[in-house]
Amino acid sequence: MHRGNDSHSSPSPADRRLSALVRHLQGSPLDAADPCLAAAPTSAAQISVFDHVVRAPEDPILGVTVAYNKDPSPNKLNLGVGAYRTEEGKPLVLNVVRKAEQMLVNDRSRVKEYLPIVGLADFNKLSAKLILGTDSPAIQDNRVTTVQCLSGTGSLRVGAEFLARHYHQHTIYIPQPTWGNHVKIFGLAGLAVKTYHYYDPATRGLNFKGLLEDLGSAPSGAIVLLHACAHNPTGVDPTAQEWEQIRKLMRSKALLPFFDSAYQGFASGNLDADAQSIRMFVRDGGECLVAQSYAKNMGLYGERVGALSMVCRSADVASRVESQLKLVIRPMYSSPPIHGASIVATILKDRAMFQEWEVELKAMADRIISMRKQLFDALRSRGTPGDWSHIIKQIGMFTFTGLNSAQVAFMTKEYHIYLTSDGRISMAGLSSRTVPHLADAIHAAVTKVA
Amino acid sequence: MSDSVFASIVQAPEDPILGVTVAYNKDQSPVKLNLGVGAYRTEEGKPLVLNVVRKAEQMLVNDESRVKEYLPITGVADFNKLSAKLIFGADSPAIQENRVTTVQCLSGTGSLRVGGEFLAKHYHEKTIYIPLPTWGNHPKVFTLAGLSVKTYRYYDPNTRGLDFSGLLEDLQNAPSGAIVLLHACAHNPTGVDPTSDQWEQIRQLIRSKSLLPFFDSAYQGFASGSLDADAAPVRMFVADGGECLAAQSYAKNMGLYGERVGALSIVCKGADVASKVESQLKLVIRPMYSNPPIHGASIVAAILKDGHMYTEWTVELKAMADRIISMRHQLFEALQAKGTPGDWSHIIKQIGMFTFTGLNSDQVAFMTKEFHIYMTSDGRISMAGLSSRTIPHLANAIHAAVTKAA
Repeated sequence: MHRGNDSHSSPSPADRRLSALVRHLQGSPLDAADPCLAAAPTSAAQISVFDHVVRAPEDPILGVTVAYNKDPSPNKLNLGVGAYRTEEGKPLVLNVVRKAEQMLVNDRSRVKEYLPIVGLADFNKLSAKLILGTDSPAIQDNRVTTVQCLSGTGSLRVGAEFLARHYHQHTIYIPQPTWGNHVKIFGLAGLAVKTYHYYDPATRGLNFKGLLEDLGSAPSGAIVLLHACAHNPTGVDPTAQEWEQIRKLMRSKALLPFFDSAYQGFASGNLDADAQSIRMFVRDGGECLVAQSYAKNMGLYGERVGALSMVCRSADVASRVESQLKLVIRPMYSSPPIHGASIVATILKDRAMFQEWEVELKAMADRIISMRKQLFDALRSRGTPGDWSHIIKQIGMFTFTGLNSAQVAFMTKEYHIYLTSDGRISMAGLSSRTVPHLADAIHAAVTKVA
Repeated sequence: MSDSVFASIVQAPEDPILGVTVAYNKDQSPVKLNLGVGAYRTEEGKPLVLNVVRKAEQMLVNDESRVKEYLPITGVADFNKLSAKLIFGADSPAIQENRVTTVQCLSGTGSLRVGGEFLAKHYHEKTIYIPLPTWGNHPKVFTLAGLSVKTYRYYDPNTRGLDFSGLLEDLQNAPSGAIVLLHACAHNPTGVDPTSDQWEQIRQLIRSKSLLPFFDSAYQGFASGSLDADAAPVRMFVADGGECLAAQSYAKNMGLYGERVGALSIVCKGADVASKVESQLKLVIRPMYSNPPIHGASIVAAILKDGHMYTEWTVELKAMADRIISMRHQLFEALQAKGTPGDWSHIIKQIGMFTFTGLNSDQVAFMTKEFHIYMTSDGRISMAGLSSRTIPHLANAIHAAVTKAA
């Protein structure tokens, strides 16, 4: 009656315990990885009940930073990091964020009581307005329910668990490629994951035809993950006209849009421009889900601030949906953390602070756009073979360079430049001072390595 | 206009515990009393932020060198190490042998959920036994984590104490290897804890059947006023060299409720296993929320690592525990003075924030209607919601309910 282990192919725990016991009794050399047998008397009970657990592979993106940290070279460059860096290569806490935080912490009337399951009410209302627009009819009609979640990841997970439980179609289509964590989030939430064509390596742009074909073949009602702007990892976004065609197709097949909005304001520097794709869908009166993150655009990464909004056909449905969202959240972590959401609410509700934020946000976006231009110019002036215009056409924190893994490995070994093996670089990790070094490395990689 | 794809969704029922506060808020009576709340209140009936917490928070926020980068998936490293020492003891051999993996999670609930999901994925027995009764959210947490939930007898309504023989019988009949949820101290909702002799018997039984203990520690230091005393059951199990899980919450003992600070520790037989387990815990956390929130855990780490602040904390913690114990004594004496029928000694025998009064739902409804006293219908009252000023009112209400309502 051995129970198969459904998560990986190792033998069942009972098998492992018995074979360890047999080895011990036969006097074979003790398994060095099993110190408990060395110390304990012969007994199956001395073996860990987790003995069979396989070591999980290190996260590939985090592995880049681990390798970077080990490198002693003074020229090393970390372009794996998915967090903003200043010209000096330092993390940034926005001035307006420090100001808001000081205000909150110095206010001795503030307490640390549990938030409601759905989080901070002000934060929720303001987040919905931010993404959907203050004049959104959906908001005015009370057709939107918004719940505070743990940044983008938490919003996606709560939304997906809700859909797995309450929606009739349990398949979600994600773009090829997409953020590495998407497939895991949806899988653990209980959805089946399929992909749709997105990136075209030949053009380093959008495979629009493939995208339309795949969505056109999806079963009616299927869920479709859409990056609202600044697609991660490619930086390739549909144009407004392409978005309109996507919208029409999706509505004609009753596909359910699930937007991942991690870069509002951070991509173009304009909060409204970066929300256009979502607002286009909401304007047609249809339903959708939106996961919002404040990690990048407010630099609140580690505070885990985000929101899940569900735009429904009616206020009554939205209210019932909200009551069910609570049943997803409560057994996951009961209620969300108060600190980060309070900072966001403070900034969004104060006119002067909101404007300060917009200025600091635009500065971050502008610096990244400037890095794109500088890198493109540097490659042109070196006469580096190939068309590098995608560097300035792509948008957001990341550029999909088009470099292959051999070229990436070369750049790491010879130039101490760290990036993910898919050729993705974080523009946020560059500065005017380091662009020449990167341009040299790309030039060498492209001319020397196939 | 076409139909909503969510048209068939039913309105979920309101959380019963939160519903108490909703009803309380609507009541206009000047003598109303909210004894449903599971959060500490001062003598003045106000929420409390500990002085040492405010101090730590100020320090952190005024430190301009601090940034808000993503934490590692497992959270603040200092916080994890200090949390393990807090619950297992600074001299714990399990810690010294590197057999413990600790990951920062979202308070107690988050720690239970991450541990539950890990077990559902990697442990050979997918059933968890929870005490009857237990915190209302426990069955939901474990079910959504992928475990199936059974119960073991715990509370004896006749004695308003522990049904020890029932507990032993039910654990004896559990399949070998089954997971068992144990409230480390201050059982919620009953306030009934095993004695240390009883804990030792429980431990022996659990080990003899290879049952896997999963401790829920939400009240360390808050129950008796002593951090070490309240951790004794957990340490008893770790001392025998066996394995266990422990979910720690800082919601009550540091008053950090809304900051969602907690930790999941898994004590393993060997360092290598602990390391592999940690790598797999990351695969549970990453698709749930990527990494935990930085603020609350930084406050806890700042306090735990500083000798003075730690001492300050133990003093403030003991004051909270003492006030609650004082409320117990005052209520007991008030009922004795009134000659209220029945044995009310359970009020002072039970421990922690809650008392299972033994009042039935009719009596509870009576108390709400006639005396504007709000509590959950199982007769559970939060001692934290009482003060010297309001005890007489509660005693009157209980007296009336017991003598007038069946």
